[in-house]
Amino acid sequence: MELKTHIQDLIAKNLSNLDEDFVLQDDDNIFERGFVDSLFALKLVNFIEDRLGIELENEDLDIANFYSVNRILDFIQSKKSMG
Amino acid sequence: MKMERDSRQQAILDEFRDFVRKEIKPYATELDAEGKYPTRLIKKLAARKYLTPTFPQQYGGLALDPIHYGQFIEEIGKACSNTRTLISIQTSIIGETILRWGTESQKKHWLAAIASGEKIAAFALTEPEIGSDARNVQSSYSKRGNEFVINGRKKWISFGGLADFFIVVAHNEAGISAFIVEKERKGIKTIRIKGMMAGRAAHIAEIELRNVQIPQANLLGNEGGGFSFVVNTSLDHGRYSVAWAGIGLAQAGIEAMVRYARTRTQFGKKIHNFQLIQGIIGDAVTSVHAARALCLNAGRMRIAKNPDAISETMIAKYFASRVAVRVASDTIQVHGGDGFCSAYPAERIYREAKVLEIIEGTTQIHQEFIAKYGLRKYHEKRID
Repeated sequence: MELKTHIQDLIAKNLSNLDEDFVLQDDDNIFERGFVDSLFALKLVNFIEDRLGIELENEDLDIANFYSVNRILDFIQSKKSMG
Repeated sequence: MKMERDSRQQAILDEFRDFVRKEIKPYATELDAEGKYPTRLIKKLAARKYLTPTFPQQYGGLALDPIHYGQFIEEIGKACSNTRTLISIQTSIIGETILRWGTESQKKHWLAAIASGEKIAAFALTEPEIGSDARNVQSSYSKRGNEFVINGRKKWISFGGLADFFIVVAHNEAGISAFIVEKERKGIKTIRIKGMMAGRAAHIAEIELRNVQIPQANLLGNEGGGFSFVVNTSLDHGRYSVAWAGIGLAQAGIEAMVRYARTRTQFGKKIHNFQLIQGIIGDAVTSVHAARALCLNAGRMRIAKNPDAISETMIAKYFASRVAVRVASDTIQVHGGDGFCSAYPAERIYREAKVLEIIEGTTQIHQEFIAKYGLRKYHEKRID
C-alpha cells in the first residue's frame, strides 16, 4: 500500500466524524476541526515509529507536523530523507 | 530464542509468586488498617527489581513483556492492592512514560532512582476541579529565562504523600506540558487525604505548587505535547496495569468465595451444594476467564505494536474493572454477614475493586471511547 493510502486509512479508522457522506480532504486540519479524538496523535506517532521504523525526537512532536494528510506525508518524507 | 525468553520470564513470575506469598500477602490487611506503606517493603521490592519489572535491564528492570507484566500485576493485585498501586505507578504510569518520552539523561537518572527504590514517584494530573476532563487542567506554568515556574493544585495523587518526585501536568498558551518536579523544590506542599474507601496505604494526597521553579532539563517530552503524548502514554500504560489489577482482585474474590462455600454449613450442608450459590460461583469464574482473555489479547497486541492496542487495552480495562466490582460484591454475598467484617477479605476486595472503575478513566468515559471505536471499526461503508 502506498504511504499516503496508509495515512488516509489510519485517519479514516480514527475519524470522529461518522457522517456517511463525509470526505476528508488532504489539507484538512484534523485536530482543529475535531475530526479525530485526543488519542490520535499518540496512535499516529506509534504508527510512524513502529510501522515505518522512523525514530522521532521530542522536537519532532510538534502538532504542526501531524495536522493533515499532506503535513504527515511531508514530515515522514523529510524524516526518511534525513535518515 | 522466544522460548528461552519466555522461560526466563516465567521463572521471574514463579519467584515473585513465592515472594508475594511470604513477604506481601501476610501484611495486606495490616497495611490497609494502618494506612502507611513501610519503607522496608519498598526496599525489599526494589532489591529484587519488583518495583520496575518492565524496565529494560540497563535501567534496573526485569524486562518483562506486556503479557508477563500483566500476570505479575495479577499476582500482586490478588494479594495487596496498595503494593499493586505502588508498582503500577512506578512502572506503568511513570516509568513507561519516561522511557517513551524522556531524554537519555532523564532516563539514566530517574529510572535508575525508581528501580533502586531510592526515589518514589507519583503522577500529578488530577485536580480538585478536573477529573475526566483532563485536557483542561488549571495548573499553569510560565517561562522565566531558562526556567519554568509552575502554579496549581493537584488532588487524589496516589503515593503523592510519599513521593520524592512527581510528573506534573500544567498548561500555558502553548498548550499542556509535563514536568519532572522534585518534592524538595521550594513552593511544594503535600497534604495527605484522609477517609479513603480504598488505597488506604497509598498515601493519597493533594499537592500544592506555588511558584515552583524548575529547570528546562525537567521538561518531559516536548513543550505543548504534555497531553497528546505524555498523559496519553501514562494513561494507556496505567489502564493496562489496572485491567490486570481487576483480574487479580476478582481472582482473589473467587478464591475467597470458594473457600467459604466449601467450609460454611447452613441447613445441614455445605453452602456450595445450593444451586443459587453455584450460580454465583459459575458466573464469577466465567467472567474472570473472559476478562483475562481480553487482557491477554491486549497484551499480545501491545507486544505486536498493533495500532489498535490502545483501544483494546481500554476494552480490557473497562471489562476487567466491572468484573472485579461484580465478583467482589458477589464474594460478600456468598459470605453473608461475614462478608461485612474485616476478619474476612471480602469487604477489602470490594473496596479495592470499586476504585478501578474510576481511575485511569471512568467506566463511562471508557464506554464512550469504545462505542466510537466500534462505530468506526464495524461500519461497512455504503456503496451507491
